[in-house]
Amino acid sequence: MSELNNDEQADNEPTVAPEIVAGGAAAPSVAALPTATLRLADGEWHRLHPATPLLRGGIALIAIIGVILVNARDFFIDNLFNARNEFDPFTRLAESGFLIPAVLIVVAVLVLSVLGFYFSWRMHTFRITDELVEVRSGILFRTNRRGRLDRIQGINISRPVIARLFGAAKLEVNVAGQDANVELSYLGSRGADDLRLAILQLASGTRAAEAAAVAEANGGGVREGEHVGLVESRVNEFLAPELDPNAAPPESIVRIRLPRLIGSIVLSEATIIAVLAAIGIIVTIAITGQFGWLLAFLPGVLGLGGYLLSRLTKSLRYSIASTSDGIRVGYGLLSTTNETLPPGRIHAVEVSQPLLWRPAGWWEIKINTASQASSSSSETAKTTLLPVGDMNDVHRVLQLILPSLADAESQELLEAGLAAGAHDDAYVTSPKRARALRWFSWRRNGFVMISDAVALRKGAIWRSLVLVPQARMQGVSMNEGPLLRRMGLAELRVHTVAGPISATIGAMERSDVIDFFNEVSRTAVQSASVDTSHRWRSASASASASASASASASVSVAGGASTASTRETSIDSADSDSADSDSESSSEETR
Amino acid sequence: MTERLDLPDTEWRGVSRKYVVVEVVGLIIFGLITTAATSIPTFVTSISWLAAIPISLAIIFLINILLTPRRVRAIGYMLRADDLVFRRGLMFRRVVAVPYGRMQLVDINRGPLDRAVGLSELKFVTAAASTGVVIPGLPEQDAEELRDTLVALAESRRAGL
Repeated sequence: MSELNNDEQADNEPTVAPEIVAGGAAAPSVAALPTATLRLADGEWHRLHPATPLLRGGIALIAIIGVILVNARDFFIDNLFNARNEFDPFTRLAESGFLIPAVLIVVAVLVLSVLGFYFSWRMHTFRITDELVEVRSGILFRTNRRGRLDRIQGINISRPVIARLFGAAKLEVNVAGQDANVELSYLGSRGADDLRLAILQLASGTRAAEAAAVAEANGGGVREGEHVGLVESRVNEFLAPELDPNAAPPESIVRIRLPRLIGSIVLSEATIIAVLAAIGIIVTIAITGQFGWLLAFLPGVLGLGGYLLSRLTKSLRYSIASTSDGIRVGYGLLSTTNETLPPGRIHAVEVSQPLLWRPAGWWEIKINTASQASSSSSETAKTTLLPVGDMNDVHRVLQLILPSLADAESQELLEAGLAAGAHDDAYVTSPKRARALRWFSWRRNGFVMISDAVALRKGAIWRSLVLVPQARMQGVSMNEGPLLRRMGLAELRVHTVAGPISATIGAMERSDVIDFFNEVSRTAVQSASVDTSHRWRSASASASASASASASASVSVAGGASTASTRETSIDSADSDSADSDSESSSEETR
Repeated sequence: MTERLDLPDTEWRGVSRKYVVVEVVGLIIFGLITTAATSIPTFVTSISWLAAIPISLAIIFLINILLTPRRVRAIGYMLRADDLVFRRGLMFRRVVAVPYGRMQLVDINRGPLDRAVGLSELKFVTAAASTGVVIPGLPEQDAEELRDTLVALAESRRAGL
């Protein structure tokens, strides 16, 4: 009840000073948390974990000191017993008369580096305010980095092995852009969890204040729902087990058992290459009779082994769960990583299946997000949402990341998108004359609008289904080259932020592409204007009604347009009669 | 030859005719430099068939220059209610639609040739690198007006990332 009152106050004076309002409304949203959680997010400057210098290279320094001390002890003991060791570095230095300067230099270097580590820790401070997260670091060259909380694309907590021993964790706040992350390394493990929670709360709290202000400006109609939504969400927050991550971690909806994980890695493309290479080695040795060739392949074998092993360890203990602040993906056995993706941060989804996985029925899910890391290893880890899973897992994960595709019709379309595909489903596929360009996949190659997402189905050998939520779409284009034009075909491309997925589909009937282009460009604007997922849960109550209304509207639009396009196809190719009638009946159902 | 990829019933706004001059002069300069550079081996080694490289290059550039007026006519853009549509290319036709709300920034560039004839190039940048909407050959006044219009439209239709 007190929360409600606070919100009322915030509503009553929104125009005076927006920042104060934001602060005032954000405060109650986090007041529900235990104060310990807020310790690091109180807007004051804080230092990192005291073990930070050790974890960031200090261990190497200690090792060097240790080596020197051991040598010095040997020298001391040897001198004590008058047993001179010719090969001891100290003895040789003492004989050449450089012992004293050498010791002084070593001591000076050690003292300087210890001081350096200490001061870099002292100067490395961070603070989290209602609006931003800010880090100051550096001794001689100062850096100051700020990230806006409402631009957060994901929060990542990773615990490398050594850091785990010290009970420390690295917290990374990703904002949109290349290498645009604010890194807090290292924090206390518990502190990192609390801080993540607090940052997510502040981010959605800021939004709550804005939404409340907007509702106030618009008049009382929406406000009632807004308050209910706020109070409700507060209660949910309070009751959600997620609030205390240590007490009850969110339940993972997918479990990857070890046999499946190993099987998926063994059946990957890398293994095929390895087998081919092995055959190559055996043949070479059989022909030349020289076993020296084995050495030539040793680096490759080591590299491959390392790659497979890292893939294995990265996917061990994989978990994916839904929290009130988005999707949480965790993995890792010794070094663990735990990433939280707030809702509406996923720009494209690809469900794909390599040929070797087909008998087992396994799929992989990758995503595009707006924050990119420059190092490729962390990039692949971030962009692979589901390393391997069966059809049920895929449906569960898709439901989590694209909740608007939960209805029966969308499920059916998704099912068709992952199946072998033929001319008898709702997908608009390539015409028969595209066989020259899509030898095996022309029957599968196609697109459709599923609820509020664009779905591109591609590939017969490497099956994949690309889904782009319209609310995240950056643009759409169609192109043709001389060859495509001669064949009356065209290519369609849905623009998303950079990532492993490119939503392109080629060799489609030209008139279908033009229709779909028009449809996508029209509905994308609609979806974007009603989209509230980036405002998280604060606006969810008031938005859900209008969002569902618009979603159904866009479905009916999709149905109508696909009817039109299949009619055009039926003029061009005679073999799609059944497709025509089928998709017409499905669009009737939509209406 | 079938007709080119296009949107039916649309009124494209073309770019300035003066842009042909910019393109042609640019192509002539670039063509001369590459032709001269690739003909050096012929003169140095006096192997006659090496001359095929600069000659074929020169022919390609010549065809390109002759096609320039048509290519410039093919460039078009259109401000629809909620999105900007852009079209370009003769042989490789590309049509892009970008919702105004997706705008991250607008650039106006003027090269030396552009400046000589009073033209500007407008670049519409979104979060996706592949969007690449670059409208060349706009008169300076128009480019600035278009930029202001686009910014205003983007502001009124602001969406998340």
